[in-house]
Amino acid sequence: MANSENIIELKHISRTFEDGFAAVSDFNLEVKRGEFVTFLGPSGCGKTTTLRMIAGFDMPTEGDILLDGKDISKLPPNERPINTVFQRYALFPHMNIYDNIAFGLKQKKTPKEEIRKKVKKVLELVDLEGFEKRSVSTLSGGQQQRVAIARALVNEPEILLLDEPLGALDLKMRKEMQIELKAMHDELGITFIYVTHDQEEALTMSDKIVVMSEGRIQQIGTPEDIYNEPQNAFVADFIGESNIFNGIMTGALEARFAGGHFKCVDDVAEGTQITAVVRPEDIEIVKPGEGQIRGRVISVIFKGIHYEITVQSGRYEVVIQSTKSAKVGDEVGMKVEPDGIHIMIAEDHTNIFPVDMNRSHRLEFNGKELWTSLTQIIKGSRRNENGELLDENGEVIDPEKIHISAAIEPQDIQMTDDIDDEKVLVEGTISNLIYKGDHYSYVLNTDLGQDFIVDDEYLWNMGDRVGLILPADKMRFSVKK
Amino acid sequence: MKFSRKTLGIPYIIFLLIFVVAPLLVLFYYAFTNGQGQFTFRNLTGFFTDPNTVGTLFYSLAIALVTTAVCLLIAYPVAYVLATSGLKSKGVIIMIFVLPMWINFSLRITALKEILTLIEGNLAFYPFLNSVIGMTYDFLPFMILPIYNTIVKLDGSLTEAARDLGADEKRAFLHVTLPLSLPGIISGVSMVFLPAMTNYVVLDMLYNSTYIMGSLIGSYFSAYNWHGGSMIALILLAIICVFTLVTNGMEEEDARAGGALL
Amino acid sequence: MTKKLIRGLIPVIALIFLYAPILILAVYSFTDATQIGAIRGFTLKNYVTLFTTEELRNMILGTILLALASALLATLFGTLGAIGAFYSRKRVSSAVSTVNQIPVINADVVTGFSLCILLVVVLGISKDTYLPLLFGHVTLSAPFVYLSVMPKLKQMDSSLYEAALDLGATPASALFRVVIPQIFSGMVSGFSLAVTLSLDDYFIATYTKPATFDTISTYVVNATKGSQTAIKTALWALSTLIFVIVILIVLGLNLRARRADRSDLRKEAGR
Repeated sequence: MANSENIIELKHISRTFEDGFAAVSDFNLEVKRGEFVTFLGPSGCGKTTTLRMIAGFDMPTEGDILLDGKDISKLPPNERPINTVFQRYALFPHMNIYDNIAFGLKQKKTPKEEIRKKVKKVLELVDLEGFEKRSVSTLSGGQQQRVAIARALVNEPEILLLDEPLGALDLKMRKEMQIELKAMHDELGITFIYVTHDQEEALTMSDKIVVMSEGRIQQIGTPEDIYNEPQNAFVADFIGESNIFNGIMTGALEARFAGGHFKCVDDVAEGTQITAVVRPEDIEIVKPGEGQIRGRVISVIFKGIHYEITVQSGRYEVVIQSTKSAKVGDEVGMKVEPDGIHIMIAEDHTNIFPVDMNRSHRLEFNGKELWTSLTQIIKGSRRNENGELLDENGEVIDPEKIHISAAIEPQDIQMTDDIDDEKVLVEGTISNLIYKGDHYSYVLNTDLGQDFIVDDEYLWNMGDRVGLILPADKMRFSVKK
Repeated sequence: MKFSRKTLGIPYIIFLLIFVVAPLLVLFYYAFTNGQGQFTFRNLTGFFTDPNTVGTLFYSLAIALVTTAVCLLIAYPVAYVLATSGLKSKGVIIMIFVLPMWINFSLRITALKEILTLIEGNLAFYPFLNSVIGMTYDFLPFMILPIYNTIVKLDGSLTEAARDLGADEKRAFLHVTLPLSLPGIISGVSMVFLPAMTNYVVLDMLYNSTYIMGSLIGSYFSAYNWHGGSMIALILLAIICVFTLVTNGMEEEDARAGGALL
Repeated sequence: MTKKLIRGLIPVIALIFLYAPILILAVYSFTDATQIGAIRGFTLKNYVTLFTTEELRNMILGTILLALASALLATLFGTLGAIGAFYSRKRVSSAVSTVNQIPVINADVVTGFSLCILLVVVLGISKDTYLPLLFGHVTLSAPFVYLSVMPKLKQMDSSLYEAALDLGATPASALFRVVIPQIFSGMVSGFSLAVTLSLDDYFIATYTKPATFDTISTYVVNATKGSQTAIKTALWALSTLIFVIVILIVLGLNLRARRADRSDLRKEAGR
């Protein structure tokens, strides 16, 4: 039975297109009457498709949409008490403002006098008194936006859908409209479902945020929940700035990541491989030797209210936000309080590590060349007759300005006793091992500060010093600009 | 003379003066003179008092109106279905519809004539019908293309907005799609209506003894009657001017209303 | 379901209407039938007649030559006119644009007839000089070249020309090295439009051509009135041939466009 508190419920909604692309998969959501719910995610994550299914422009291939407990998923859009504010407003260019706003009421055969009153009232609500006779083309973007909102609200919908309504406005106008929309929501008590890719917009306005990626819900929660307790690395990365490290639990409420040992508040079993998220504002710069890790400041950018300081610590780059500045080149310590660390159990143990491009435009790791084709990694690039790498515009790529990271699966790494083997890329010490039924999972601390997780069917001992063979053909590379 | 970009236009200006402006002036002169070069209104009054010529005027208006209406009735649904279909290669499909335009019209009409002869036996039995069929066959692509181009550029979210605001499919079409495709309809109509009044060779080829305005010019030309022919040409010119002014006015109104579309 | 069927059916019916005559004629062009009806024996006789009859060969060649010559002149005049008008004062350029519209909207009968009166009757130029015919076709198509070049000029970054002067180019070389390349695509589409207009024209040709010369249009129109069946069926072959050529050109253009699309996509993916 439907919960009477919920105005709309989406149950196991999926939308698969004819070409097999699954835009939305198994989407479940309950929205309470009067709530401000935001679908947040990068473009192509399925948020707009979900909104279109609620509006009725798209039909789910599976699942039900319940409005006040009744399934409406097969109802055409004109029979749903739901109205939409479109991304680019979709105002009718051949009608003036009055006729645009009155369009919905006319469809319902509302008496003329009543239409006139309602249009006047809603124009007051959006601060456009006296605009009735103006034509759409004479309005600014912000004004068109208000008309679009008025045109939807005048029908007194049970739910108002907003599809990135502020995307086309400039920054200042966007901030103003955010406040106004929130005020309108509080005043009218209508349920708002809002779609955006702007995390800041979502955090400021919503009662509830639905974070989506690749057609799936990643997390549902209040803005505070989503920010402070991200459920996985995607959410942590997408919402706000964060430092994300792979690591392992080394004891009760104790974890090792980023080359340091940290106390934390999340109770995860010892030996579990984890992803640790630390917000930049939760890291405190202390004297070298104090704190859990240390490093050298490589950049300081003034951001108005704070400084954004990047510190190189071993192989890791740590981003810190602080009201106190630091000097580039300074040796510093970094301290994180236990409640500043958010531990998530890693669902994916892929080793991700930065690799370098050397002066002769070849990839290397730990000073050893990787035999791989750079032209295939950097799309559009080619080599000139001097062996230099050119980008798609034909300019020589500066190795300093390009960041390439490599990913390799734990089962693709081999360990060997023979540290002098020329295939060995890096050496390390086994700091942890877990038996996983058919294989052991090892954690190796390398001298570079980079930890590797290696799966091997043979038993090695804790503290063994081994060489790691990382075949370049098993690595996947990605380029960051 | 010093080189400047403006002077490059001089040859074309002279060209336009000789080949566009001067012929029209000569046309005026001949229309209002007789064989002796004396000024006269006879050509004008003669046209409007002769029941044959006035009849031809109305007959060509009727053929043009019916042809335009038939073209519109076929072209609009075709253009609408193509433009709103989810097909990926719409461009190729519309190309198939306009491809006949590149085949010489006389050869296409020859083909049509053979088919019609097969169906009707003697083409002379249905002059009006054959005129309309022939012209529709010749001009249909000119109606499809502009309507298609207008509808395909329409912002799909506009009809969605109408549906969202409670209009059913029919009303969304009537209140949003149709009025917004008006510019395409207007340019299609102007590309069909005027030729339908003047393109007498289509009728000629279909063994049609009926006269339209264009045929009158042809017969005066064969009779070396430059004065009478000039007057017909002038009357046609006047009709074209009025028609163009009206459609331009409609388009401008539309452009003003549709400014936000851009 | 029925709705979908009707939606699909409408364009199909229109296509049948447009193509059935051409296709049926194409089939019959390979038979020895003299009119459409029962299928008769297969023969290439019509195609042989088409290529061996001198009258037909001359008519086709003459039409093509006229189309190319008039299109070249039209491209020259129209392009110069567009550049001149674009850089002139507003009053001049709007006057040129207005006069340019006259042949575009005017009925071809009126254009042809008025040109005939001026050039032949008033100025006494003989039709046998081919000048009235040639310039008649230029008058028909130059305004369309003007209309296809103008938007390219408007889209062009106006500082390009000034940049060229700034870098030491003379006005003439700036025009040839900077402006012309920018508007070249407009000139090409104007030229091809001019060719098709000339090929398809009947009225200008009737009123201005020498009595002994025929274009495809005037020839076909006269032939259908006549009773020479050998010529009539040879024209079926001509129609089929043109149809095939048009399809090949359109296919070629499409393939090229697609290849360009694909390389664009590839570039996009590289980003």
